Amino acid sequence: MEFFRIRKDIPFMRHAVLFNAISLLTFLLAVFFLFSRGLHLSVEFTGGTLIEINYTQAADLGKIRDALGKAGYNDFSVQNFGSSRDVLIRLPLKAEQNTTRIGESVMQALTAEAPGANLRRVEFVGPQVGKELAENGAMALLLVVIGIVLYLAFRFEWRFSVSAIIANLHDVIIILGFFAFFQWEFSLSVLAAVLAVLGYSVNESVVVFDRVRETFRKTRGLTTPQVLDHAITSTISRTIITHGSTQMMVLSMLVFGGETLYYFSLALTIGICFGIYSSVLVASPLVMWLGVSREQFVKPKRQIEGANDEGAVV
Amino acid sequence: MNRYPLWKYVIVGLALLFGLIYTLPNFFGESPAVQVSSAKATIKIDERARERVASALQAAAIADSGIFLDSNGVKVRLATTDQQLQAKDVLEKQFNPDASDPQYVVALNLLSSSPQWLTRLRALPMYLGLDLRGGVHFLLQVDMKGAVTKRLDALGGDLRSLLRDKNIRHAGIGREGERIVIRFRDSETRSKARTVLEDNQSELLLADQGEGDDLRLVGTLRPEAVKRIQEFAIKQNMTTLHNRINELGVAEPVIAQQGADRIVVQLPGVQDTAKAKDILGRTATLEIRMVEETPGAIDAALAGQVPFGTELYVERGGMPLLVKKQVVLTGERLTDAQPGFDSQTTEPAVHLTLDSAGARIFKDVTRDNVGKRMAIVLIEKGKGEVITAPVIRAEIAGGRVQISGRMSTVEANDTALLLRSGSLAAPMEIIEERTIGPSLGAENISKGFHSTMWGFAAIAVFMIAYYRLFGLVSVLALAANLLFLVALLSLLQATLTLPGIAAIALTLGMAIDANVLINERIREELRNGSSPQAAIHTGYERAFGTILDSNITTLIAGVALLIFGSGPVRGFAVVHCLGILTSLFSAVVVSRAMINLIYGRRRKLESLAIGQVWKPTDGGTATTR
Repeated sequence: MEFFRIRKDIPFMRHAVLFNAISLLTFLLAVFFLFSRGLHLSVEFTGGTLIEINYTQAADLGKIRDALGKAGYNDFSVQNFGSSRDVLIRLPLKAEQNTTRIGESVMQALTAEAPGANLRRVEFVGPQVGKELAENGAMALLLVVIGIVLYLAFRFEWRFSVSAIIANLHDVIIILGFFAFFQWEFSLSVLAAVLAVLGYSVNESVVVFDRVRETFRKTRGLTTPQVLDHAITSTISRTIITHGSTQMMVLSMLVFGGETLYYFSLALTIGICFGIYSSVLVASPLVMWLGVSREQFVKPKRQIEGANDEGAVV
Repeated sequence: MNRYPLWKYVIVGLALLFGLIYTLPNFFGESPAVQVSSAKATIKIDERARERVASALQAAAIADSGIFLDSNGVKVRLATTDQQLQAKDVLEKQFNPDASDPQYVVALNLLSSSPQWLTRLRALPMYLGLDLRGGVHFLLQVDMKGAVTKRLDALGGDLRSLLRDKNIRHAGIGREGERIVIRFRDSETRSKARTVLEDNQSELLLADQGEGDDLRLVGTLRPEAVKRIQEFAIKQNMTTLHNRINELGVAEPVIAQQGADRIVVQLPGVQDTAKAKDILGRTATLEIRMVEETPGAIDAALAGQVPFGTELYVERGGMPLLVKKQVVLTGERLTDAQPGFDSQTTEPAVHLTLDSAGARIFKDVTRDNVGKRMAIVLIEKGKGEVITAPVIRAEIAGGRVQISGRMSTVEANDTALLLRSGSLAAPMEIIEERTIGPSLGAENISKGFHSTMWGFAAIAVFMIAYYRLFGLVSVLALAANLLFLVALLSLLQATLTLPGIAAIALTLGMAIDANVLINERIREELRNGSSPQAAIHTGYERAFGTILDSNITTLIAGVALLIFGSGPVRGFAVVHCLGILTSLFSAVVVSRAMINLIYGRRRKLESLAIGQVWKPTDGGTATTR
């Protein structure tokens, strides 16, 4: 089997402006949704109230949801907790209510619609914890960005590191945009997925850049766009297969992983799809526009010694 | 050229063997056990305790399948949970005849049921987190009133020394409820004192009270000071809990604030709430008091008439000792406690460092009491014990104090640990405890396992179909990666959580990248007309640089998560980082070893089973050589 039978280098760079325009549009949409809708943060970040109730028989989650909805609560989540008789209700943090009263009013609502509930506990996640988590998340993101920029600058060239990080940060914003648009719950594990995607799709750019550098060193007489086209074309098969494989694994988590892993794998899926796009079709044009050229890779070698790979020096 | 020297094969072989051995315990599951450990710093579990356990079980005719002694205590493995409960009762009676004053902790536990030889190699199963194995969850209520009164007591001491420094005579300082009351003989001194106090401390609101002979200055805490004290108290308590749990070896505990005055503690894998409570409640505070040496007092006390204001203690050596109730110094003034040795006698000792106020008090007390005895009392779980009662030979200045005498090295270590992990800023009580059932955990395990398994299967099918033999080698390398990863996690006894399993799956999904890179590169070399052997060689060679670069960027993200992540994210990050490292080895070295074994010795190699290599009919890919 060979999926990719490519005779000539595909002229990706000819459409660079188009690719970047699409990218910019998606990015702007993501930013728009982030601001207009905001992220639906989980209780871990926002703080909130957890109410655990217990039924003598298996609980009817649908009825409990109806009851809470009728009682005027929104944003709540109702889940089984441990067994089918234990139910966990999450309510967001509200400054004006005190926790004991939330417990009472929820119980009142439940006795009407889904009777037989037994209040086990009322719990409260303070806002301080969430603030710390959000700060740590931001610090982690910052550390990843700085680390990657420095490493790529050291290993390649500053132009590569700047383009890679721009391309991949834009992935992060797009993932967040999706979470904002669909109001999916943004939890700690989603944050972990986002950061993992950041590292992962940078590695995508690295593979292409590696080929760019190699092509610059090995061949002469190609323009920069041609070199980039060649590098992308010769790695595209690997790009698709690798991401396909990773996606298979993520898909398996999406299907079999249950509630806890659902949003985690969803974030990964979006990240992988946009990762391919941005690290190949956004990062490479950026490198081009930042003015990468053959001299940046070949020059030092010539200065050091008299002869180079190609043979004698004229 | 595609042959490895023998040592490389040996390394790969050893690595695989290592992986296999340390992964193995995870398949054996766990069996019920009872654990006996010490409930007090001063009681040590040793070989004698093990024999006691053995004989007690024998007497009760309970068959055990192994009794072990380790750093935590004596563990007995049992066949069934029924026997586990029986054994617990028997041991409880044997070790704690007086239930009101338990000397030992007898708790239910789970022990790996992997064979002995594996355990001896320290091959233990992975540690499962709260979401996978169940565990206990506590909600602790911090007594904020206690924090405030404690602070007021300390403030009283500060004020006393402040007034002494400024040479202002007062007729007594004391705490009355939530106020500090300072008495004066004349109003002139009182107003002087008031200006001094207002200049020097900002926590108290001062008010004049009383008239005539009974002049008082009453200080109450400002509301913002109360708030600060309470915030500090909860932070301090969380830190103390952290230290205590960490130093006592509970893996990945969750300690978080909930609301204004509650702390939630999650201890994964702890089945026995009693034991966990004991860990949490295990406080030790130090009190330094003077010994009552009035002739005859001790005899009266022994006769049952303890003189007013004193307490009767028994010293380590068994000698009775009458100690004044008045506390000279408490553990609050302690900034550090380290085990060490006495420089002259080389006896084990605990070195204490006091803060400046403590140092001053200690200096004054030792100066005034040269020739008298001072008792150092360790209060554990509300019961005091005199560690040592040395005679004060000279004034001790500088705040460095050494406790020595009749202590073993281990005792010195334990005492230092307990003192260091320290006092709570405010008392706490457990207001809620929950056990997360193992059924939920089992469900999560199966979810994680299924995701990984099906994902792996899909990748395997695809890789083999697409790359044939090379695909098979890649899949085997990926399996080796999984083996190494699980082995490392087991060896490090890292805590596995559901996000951790997700990280394993994700790492596998990402790790296949390295093999895809290699295989694609080899195909490309073949396409460009290299001979099969040369294609393998250059394929691996060229792909390696790329693999390294791309893995390092992924690792950077992993490390950032490791540093800033907490709870579940941290578990994810640990697995992710380890997985990247193991994948470098398995994808490059292990797969190469297999390829070398298969192809390396063939001189006349016509083709490679790497799937179809399509060559463009009208010339190469145009530009490269």
